Amino acid sequence: MRLASKDLLGLADIEADEITLILDTARDMKRIVTGSMKRVNYLQGKSVVSLFYENSTRTRVSFELAAKYMGAHAVNVSVSTSSVAKGETLIDTGKTLEAMGTDIIVIRHSQAGAPHLLAKNVRSAIINAGDGMHEHPTQALLDMMTMREAFGTLKGLKVAIIGDISHSRVARSNIIGLLKMGSQVNLYAPSTLMPIGIDQMGAKICPTIEDAVENCDVIMGLRVQLERQKKALFPSTSEYSRFFGLNPDNIKRAKKDVLFMHPGPVNRGIEMTSSLIDADKSVINMQVTNGVAVRMALLYLLTGREEA
Amino acid sequence: MRTLIKNAKVLIGNKTEAGIDLLIENGLLASMGKNIVTEADEMIDATNHYVLPGLVDAHCHLRDPGYEYKEDIESGTRSAAKGGFTSIACMPNTNPPTDNAAVVRYIKEKACQKGVVNVYPIGAITKGLEGNELSEMGTMKEAGIVAVSDDGRPVMNSDVMKKALIYAGQFGLTVISHCEDINLADGGSMNEGVISAIMGLRGIPSVSEDVMVSREIILSEYTKVPVHIAHVSTKTSVELIRQAKRRGVKVTAETCPHYFTLTEKACLGYDTNAKMNPPLRTEEDLRAVIEGLKDGTIDIIATDHAPHHIDEKNVEFEKAANGIVGFETALALGYSYLVEQGHLTLSGLIRKMTVNPARMLKIDKGTLECGKAADLIIVDFDNEYKIDVSKFASKSKNSPFDGFMVKGRVMTTMVNGKIVYQYQR
Repeated sequence: MRLASKDLLGLADIEADEITLILDTARDMKRIVTGSMKRVNYLQGKSVVSLFYENSTRTRVSFELAAKYMGAHAVNVSVSTSSVAKGETLIDTGKTLEAMGTDIIVIRHSQAGAPHLLAKNVRSAIINAGDGMHEHPTQALLDMMTMREAFGTLKGLKVAIIGDISHSRVARSNIIGLLKMGSQVNLYAPSTLMPIGIDQMGAKICPTIEDAVENCDVIMGLRVQLERQKKALFPSTSEYSRFFGLNPDNIKRAKKDVLFMHPGPVNRGIEMTSSLIDADKSVINMQVTNGVAVRMALLYLLTGREEA
Repeated sequence: MRTLIKNAKVLIGNKTEAGIDLLIENGLLASMGKNIVTEADEMIDATNHYVLPGLVDAHCHLRDPGYEYKEDIESGTRSAAKGGFTSIACMPNTNPPTDNAAVVRYIKEKACQKGVVNVYPIGAITKGLEGNELSEMGTMKEAGIVAVSDDGRPVMNSDVMKKALIYAGQFGLTVISHCEDINLADGGSMNEGVISAIMGLRGIPSVSEDVMVSREIILSEYTKVPVHIAHVSTKTSVELIRQAKRRGVKVTAETCPHYFTLTEKACLGYDTNAKMNPPLRTEEDLRAVIEGLKDGTIDIIATDHAPHHIDEKNVEFEKAANGIVGFETALALGYSYLVEQGHLTLSGLIRKMTVNPARMLKIDKGTLECGKAADLIIVDFDNEYKIDVSKFASKSKNSPFDGFMVKGRVMTTMVNGKIVYQYQR
């Protein structure tokens, strides 16, 4: 079995059995990440370029380490130091990287659909590392990997996603991926940050935070961007944390062994109290470890397509 | 010069009459009837084809001056002729904007020299299309404008719009309003709804149009000056206009072929050829637009012909330019999606593309009348074909209709009795 497409643009574009393949492969890769000898040669002779049009630390480092643990040539291109700052178009930048022999381009971009545009115009494999408010498929895959490790399966899991759904590519990819894998997804957000029509994707919009977390196996908090205040989306961080932040009181109706997740970076005390972030049931750091494993799995599966 | 068109079908009222001959003499339609026997320099056999008045477009962008890499007056009027349009009104968002008489004269003169159809410039409502100070509407009218609009941009300041209506009204110029509340549109790039939620694109809610349609109706009713609503795309706008017309407000409205053929789903896959403003809406809106066309709420079908260079479309969706090439697909889409589907009669469709826009623009065009300029088209409505953008006469090829099967081919376009377009098999 292999992935059908040369690219990973979003979880909307892959099937449930492909998600399972990625997660199974990532389970094997995790042994390398957590082992003492972090070096295999699966990607020897391959080149991976990370093209980041937005700031990122964890995703960029995660991809870079994933590529390097498998012996690839890994290069990072950030916007400020490249010709992108001189006004070069995305397609031209992509074609330049392709001409240098790049096998995989990992792209993060502030505009939804940018990876799709690149994929249509270059032969290199494209991995979407986050496009605007659209998708962040590797984040959702690492989230699903973390849930599957804890519960053995994704089927029948109840997952609550709480926070700024509107602007969140993490939420969209998780909704799409989890529903494909047979989980249920509950959503709660300030109504100004809940996109019209999101319920038609199959997730349930809940009237209160307590309803959203009821009987849930997983509670995922989302980062709120503090600058959203200026666009009249919420009045203040203190009001946000009071009515929309997760705290030990408003999650009481969740299952006893509920897991706390967050894609990071966290605004402590705003979307989630420190007592939850640092709780035993918090798997926020495990998510980061699994991120490297998931990205190794993807790089492996995408470069191995021709030989498979 | 005498041209005789033989054995055509023509529309008389709501009826089709076959076997009609039309004699064109010195650029005018000299006579029309059965069995005209006379000598002519040129004979055209129109058996099984319709002869119709040349189409009138109330809303297009010729991009000249300033954006000739997208289109110019020569290529734009050739594209119009190919689509069956013989009179077109072009919007003022040129560079420099058409907000003064000099630019109006430039367009008129270039259209005379290089154009192949009648070109009627629309002047800006405000200087620089900036929504603040009124442009010199009177002077521009002397130079040849037929209406005013800040199309592409709304006049956000309601007081400016009220004054524009009153002032334009004094010169007999209709104000054409691009209805969009910029604050509600919030930088969006497609319709707000389930598809924008899935695609992670900021949405333009239907209410950003509705609120402004409502405002224009209220201002028109208050000032008793006519207003024309450009490119209606939403269900609520249709209903607002319907109610206003019922109580006698002097409001007219247009829609475009894409709003009765396509929905927001055309954007899936980040297809920038489906990006336009107003954005493609929902199935429900599409049905309401068709209802509005049927009951006369929407008077006019305009093209909003908006050519763009490939480099402005083959980019990230949010960065891509708004609009599509419209002239060369409008009639066939209208016929295939409205007449063939039973929503409009053929004469109903043709009225919305001829006399109705001519009346709104106050130009003496859009009819087949003896003694008037022979601006006419010969159309084969049985001709079924696949739309092929590579064959467009326009400089630009941005159309979401590439590959669509349609019926209705313009065979010949004549302006002042002269053939300006002839279909080559």
